[in-house]
This record gives sequence, structure tokens and C-alpha cells, in this order.
Amino acid sequence: MSKTYYDAADLRKFGKITEWSEELGTKFFDYYGKVFEEGALTAREKSLIALAVAHTEQCPYCIDAYTKDTLQRGVTKEEMMEAIHVGAAIKSGATLVHGVQMMNKVNKLDG
Amino acid sequence: MATKSLKKQGSDLAQSNKQLEILSNGIFKNGELPTFKAKISETSQFPLKANKLEILQINVGYMCNQVCEHCHVDAGPDRKEIMTKDTMRQCLEVIKTSGAHTLDLTGGAPEMNPDFRWFVEAAAKVGIKDFIVRSNLTIIRANKKYHDLPQFFKKHNVHVVSSMPHWTRGKTDKQRGEGVFDMSIKALQELNAVGYGMPNSALRLDLVYNPSGAFLPGDQAAMEKDFKKALLEDFNIQFHNLFAITNLPIARFLDYLIASENYEDYMYQLVEAYNPAAVKNVMCTNTLSVSWDGYLYDCDFNQMLELPVNSKAKHISEFNEDLLEGRNIVSSQHCYGCTAGAGSSCQGSVA
Repeated sequence: MSKTYYDAADLRKFGKITEWSEELGTKFFDYYGKVFEEGALTAREKSLIALAVAHTEQCPYCIDAYTKDTLQRGVTKEEMMEAIHVGAAIKSGATLVHGVQMMNKVNKLDG
Repeated sequence: MATKSLKKQGSDLAQSNKQLEILSNGIFKNGELPTFKAKISETSQFPLKANKLEILQINVGYMCNQVCEHCHVDAGPDRKEIMTKDTMRQCLEVIKTSGAHTLDLTGGAPEMNPDFRWFVEAAAKVGIKDFIVRSNLTIIRANKKYHDLPQFFKKHNVHVVSSMPHWTRGKTDKQRGEGVFDMSIKALQELNAVGYGMPNSALRLDLVYNPSGAFLPGDQAAMEKDFKKALLEDFNIQFHNLFAITNLPIARFLDYLIASENYEDYMYQLVEAYNPAAVKNVMCTNTLSVSWDGYLYDCDFNQMLELPVNSKAKHISEFNEDLLEGRNIVSSQHCYGCTAGAGSSCQGSVA
């Protein structure tokens, strides 16, 4: 067993998941590669979305990967931080919008 | 940011043998990563062989007005290695007789060589198809005596290739020094003013992008689009093409990688991005690099690592195209820098 749950070097081994389930692993990586190709959105835009989602998912591997990926695409640190704030705003918004549910319930039980 | 070269600082890494030692030890010695030789052998591409000479790249000296963080030449104001007029004369003889279609002057800041203008005038007369000068841009603004360089380049139909690591001030100055961005912008505007880089202009102005840190360059075409949009919108600057170049792990970039504890990760990135298709077009197969003192190398990187050509003709005075063609290219782990992803050369991507 490794001493910590997360080891940065494990990211390099990501491709190995295919070894224990070749068909599904291959399908996943094909799909993954296709998703990030230049399309209606640019690869740069997709990379910034991925960076924001990496943070909301709190995936340390994804954060490492997409910080590097956005840097490679010439994204500035200001743009990166703004993208993360978009993720954070949705996360906090998603929490707060449930406040309406709480309000509804209070009004019903104690209105 | 350092103001002295590694050489002036007396750093161990100023010695090419120390750099080569690092590149051959550790993760490459213990088998964690394959050596470059082992990797290209997988596709039967070892040894790399030189094809017909197309590009003659001459380094006219390591002196530079800048001390960029990642310079593979370890150039700076304190470097005194400067090509003499005698060696330039020997180069001219070769330019006249060789079949190379491109002459590529580099440095340091080539303009700082006291015989630079004499050499350009003489070389331009030979009528080589593509005559490149790699200008760092700031030199044009560094001193009054360089202010007329845009006109001088124009007069001799020189193809200007300039470094520009980013379209923002912060990232540019971090890599190349305080104030470099503003001076570079001014120099680009002056080059545009005499016709360089304008759409359909025969006066070629290309920019070189290399990453500001321990990561690989992104897609060249996409970066070019972003550079063009930002430079036009923000500064009304135009240029022709962007060359995306990978930082090779030598000299000051190697020093940076080690100091920032990025060396192993960077080498992993290079090896993982290895592209056999890029090996086919790697620049050492059609380029010859000449050092300030006239010695011959497979590329500017090998020149800095003091790895001379594997040929009986070792000096420009012994230049012999037949002898040099077909020679085995001298390689080490730094060569992974030219074969990663879309490949990298002084002319940008190769695959």
C-alpha cells in the first residue's frame, strides 16, 4: 500500500486501467480524446472548462493535468483563476439555491 | 532574475560535460526511462543520419543584451565568444559553394557582433534563397546605434525571426527580463512600419514562441491564432508565422528544471510525448550549425553541449558537403526535446 491516498506519479499510470478491462478502457480513452479535440469549442476553451471542473470535482490529478494543459495553450493565470471562480460560483449557487427548498419547508411547517 | 550567465557565475552547469552527465544518469541510467538511442532504435531510426544540407546556421557569438531565464546558449552581456571577420570570411566561402537554400544567423544577439553588418551585406550578395537573422527585438531599442536595424534588414531582404514568449507583459518579462515586453512591442511596431510582417509583404517576420516554464508548447497553429488576435487587437501588430519551439533540457533551462524540482517530470513529459514521425524531420538531418570559432555541429544545442559533428570535416575551413552528408548525428537525451509532440526545430513544428 502507498503511504498516501494520492500519489502525483500515479497520473502517469492512468493508461494502465485499460490493462484490467481492455474494451472499456479503450472505449473510454477514445471517447476522452475525441471530447477534447477542436470542435464547436476550441481545444483551449475545453481545457479551461476542464480546469474549472477539475476543481469542483476536487480531483488532484485533474488539477495537475489541466493546469499544465492550460499553460501549454498559453492561458494566463488570471484566466485560470477566473475559470475556477466560475466553478466555485456554480458550486456555491448550487448550495444556496437549495435554500429555497428550506424556505418552502419552513413556510409549510411553521408558516 | 539572474543578470549573469552560468559561466560568469562559475556554475557547474556551465560545463557541458556536467550537463551531459546529468542527462545520462538518474532516470535514464536506472532504466526508469529509455535513452534516446534506445527509443529511436525501437523504430530502427538509430543512428540518425544527415541528409542533404539545406540550412546553414551560423552562431556569430554568445554575447547578448538579455539574460533570459531559459537560454540554451547561456548567453548574456558577459559572454565574450564572438566570431571574427576571418571566420566570417571562411563562412562566406561555404555559403557561396554549398547547396544550402537557407542561411540562419543566430547568437546571442547576432547584431552585437561588431562585424555583423559587414557579414550580412556580404552574405546577402550571394543570393541565398532565405536569409534569416534571429533577432531578440529588444536589441533594436537597446542603443541608438541599433535603431536603424529595421531599415538595414529591409535593405538586405533579411527574414527576421524573433522571440516572443507571450502576448502578455507578465509572462514575457518573467522569462526574458523586466521591460522586455514593452521594448519588444515597440520593435515589432517599427518592423511593421517598414513593411515587415504585413499581409502579403515579402519582408518576412516570424515569431518564435517557447514556453515560459516546465511544460511543452501547445499546438502551433492554435497558438499562432491567439498571438495574432491579441497582438493585433492590443498593439496593432502583425506578423507572418509563429514557430512553437520546445525548451531543451540544457544550460539555463536545465538549471531551472533542477532548481525548481521539475527535471524528472519534464523528462517524463518529453519521453511520453515522443513522436517517431517527428524523428523523420528532425532539423539535424538537414542543418549544420557553425560556432563562433568556426567548428561544426549537428545543431545549436549540440554546439552548446560541445558535441562536435561525427565527420572528418570538423571546422568550417574543412567544410566538405560530400563528407558531411550521411554522417551519423550525435545524440543524447536532450534530443527528446525535438521529437516531442509535433516535434520542434528552429523552424517550429516538424510533424
